[in-house]
Amino acid sequence: MSSRTLPLLFINLGGEMLYILDQRLRAQNIPADKAKKVMNDIITTMFNKKFLEELFKPQELYSKKALRTVFDRLAHASIMRLNQASMDKLYDLMTMAFKYQVLLCPRPKDILLVSFNHMDAIKDFVKDTPSILSQVDETYQQLIEMYTPLSSGDFQLIRQTLLIFFQDMHIRVSIFLKDKVQNSNGRFVLPTSGPVPHGTQAPGLIRMFGCNGEETSRLQFSNGGNYTSAIREGSFELFGDRVTKLGTNMYSVSRPVETHMSGTSKNSAQHTKVNTAPNPLAKEELNLLAKLMGGLEVQKPGNTDSGFRVNLFATDEEEEEALISRPDELSYGVIKIQATKDQQANAELAKIMGEFTESGDQSPSASSKGDDLLAMMDGL
Amino acid sequence: MYHKEKSIQIKNSASALYNNLGVLRIAPRRLTYFTVVHANVVNMVSASWDGLNYSHRQLQSKEPNVATSTSLIMQAAFCVLPSRDLLVVTSQKGIQMYESDGSIMVYWHALDTPETPTAQAVFARGISAVWENYICVGVSSGAILVFDVPSKGSNITLSEVLEEHKESITDMASECSGSQECIADLVSADDGGNLCVWKSGEEFQLLNKIPGFDMSCSSVKLWKGTVVAGYGTGQIRLYEAVTGILHAEVNAHARWIYSLDIAPFSGLLLTAAEDSLVRVWHLTMTPETNSVEIAHLHNECVTDTQICGARFCDSDGYAFAVTGYDLSEIIRYTQT
Repeated sequence: MSSRTLPLLFINLGGEMLYILDQRLRAQNIPADKAKKVMNDIITTMFNKKFLEELFKPQELYSKKALRTVFDRLAHASIMRLNQASMDKLYDLMTMAFKYQVLLCPRPKDILLVSFNHMDAIKDFVKDTPSILSQVDETYQQLIEMYTPLSSGDFQLIRQTLLIFFQDMHIRVSIFLKDKVQNSNGRFVLPTSGPVPHGTQAPGLIRMFGCNGEETSRLQFSNGGNYTSAIREGSFELFGDRVTKLGTNMYSVSRPVETHMSGTSKNSAQHTKVNTAPNPLAKEELNLLAKLMGGLEVQKPGNTDSGFRVNLFATDEEEEEALISRPDELSYGVIKIQATKDQQANAELAKIMGEFTESGDQSPSASSKGDDLLAMMDGL
Repeated sequence: MYHKEKSIQIKNSASALYNNLGVLRIAPRRLTYFTVVHANVVNMVSASWDGLNYSHRQLQSKEPNVATSTSLIMQAAFCVLPSRDLLVVTSQKGIQMYESDGSIMVYWHALDTPETPTAQAVFARGISAVWENYICVGVSSGAILVFDVPSKGSNITLSEVLEEHKESITDMASECSGSQECIADLVSADDGGNLCVWKSGEEFQLLNKIPGFDMSCSSVKLWKGTVVAGYGTGQIRLYEAVTGILHAEVNAHARWIYSLDIAPFSGLLLTAAEDSLVRVWHLTMTPETNSVEIAHLHNECVTDTQICGARFCDSDGYAFAVTGYDLSEIIRYTQT
């Protein structure tokens, strides 16, 4: 459908990833300088010029698997390592958060305000590092240039494309359950009250007109909800109040990234249907992926002592348990790359993976749980 | 006024697409066909009226001869012509026409798709049968393709391309009252909210253009010479088709409208939106003033569901069916 969807998907998922990592780095008492390095490295990688060039080209969306592979790589762009269970959980949280934002944004166009909330927060993460800040600002300009001229119909098509991407994902997220914005079956709560979107009138009025345009009658009807009139529109400029809270950081010290298992419990599996049919586009997609990932530079930890592992769970035991108990239906099954087969088609990707192996080997903590990205790629 | 009936389970959930529910009543066999689009699959259910038998079928959006590509489907709709019924499926790659039970694909029309994706998406959307032998399908470029359909066989031909719209076609509808008096028999809508009113025939004639206001018209119907249009603002508007006179404007929904339907015999109007509400209205024609009036009758809330398809199941509006994003069922309501 819309060929302009990938940049928004990537930036918003990336933004959510940064919120979660930022919170986990604090929760695990990672020294400030190391935490800063991780955030800076990931943001530098996310906004790499060559990478973004590929990202902003008109294209179809990748499969969930392919995008997961991109984020695996991005999450490992610094000295921090995540093992598979934590990576799964991170990706669950990111995707459900953005699904919620896409579903709840009042107008399709508001997806852009959600993206700007993420971009504003990312700018704040790197506010002390001018070189990265200017890199982020450049992308900001690019987003404004590309998206602000689009029509309401264009945005609806983008929104519908995103909703197809997130279709049938009903993973339960503690923070949403607690806030009562998600039901126990994994569906999000849709309000039938509150302000209507900008440009919409609260339902309830019928106006009828005569042949020469004069209003002949006005009737009220019961709208079945409790709506109020629209609030002001958020700013679509580089700076300004976005008005919507969707896309802002929902985690804080008092509202941590929940480490409970509700998201991946077996109960939720019945709500998830994964198309198991082989995807005939896989090869075509791998080529595109290779191109895209070519721009994602992985920073090798200079000092072997500096690497560390971040856990999305309260304890290592919980993490291990999550890995074992994760239902197959929920497995993202990171794309299998047979570097030996079909050398030519995947030469680029193989090269990238080669780079990654090297960096993985240099970091002792990466293999401490035996679940680094390469293992994930090969093991599936 | 209406009460909820047993739902029909479908194999996959519905995608968030306009007018994502097709309904065809097969009276002689006492069953109804339903179609719901899920990404690149059309889920089809044939349901017997006694509620005892459901049979399922899935249609893939596969391009004949090209085994490697699947594409996302935009819409599936039944087209009823006097001589035959067809199921038309539109996607990013082209237009497929099946026998109404989905058993045989009788026609395939490929869209001109560029080698590498362009910023402007390519797809077909907006399907309507009109007159004795035409099926019209809208395209993202704004063009409308008119297909001439013989009473049987697969010798379907592209007979005309109508190029009046400048934005992507969203929906299309033919006069549903069966009245022969109406000159206009087809209306088309686009992403800018513009409406074109047509008279079908060997050469389609543009009768009127009703300008939009830069807001998508996602669903449109034509009944007794009145255009009923639903918009992204949640409004519905009633225009006299030939003159473009605005008869009514209703602040109907709090979110984007996804589907409209009319029960032609009773004049009942169904509207459904992302706000999780389905509303039933009554339209009446006042012959002396030649104007149409609208009254609100009923609300149904499908809790926590962004509704994407809503259709009456019969011409009186005795029953209607609803689908929603991420929902793997068709919810039915009947009059009490």
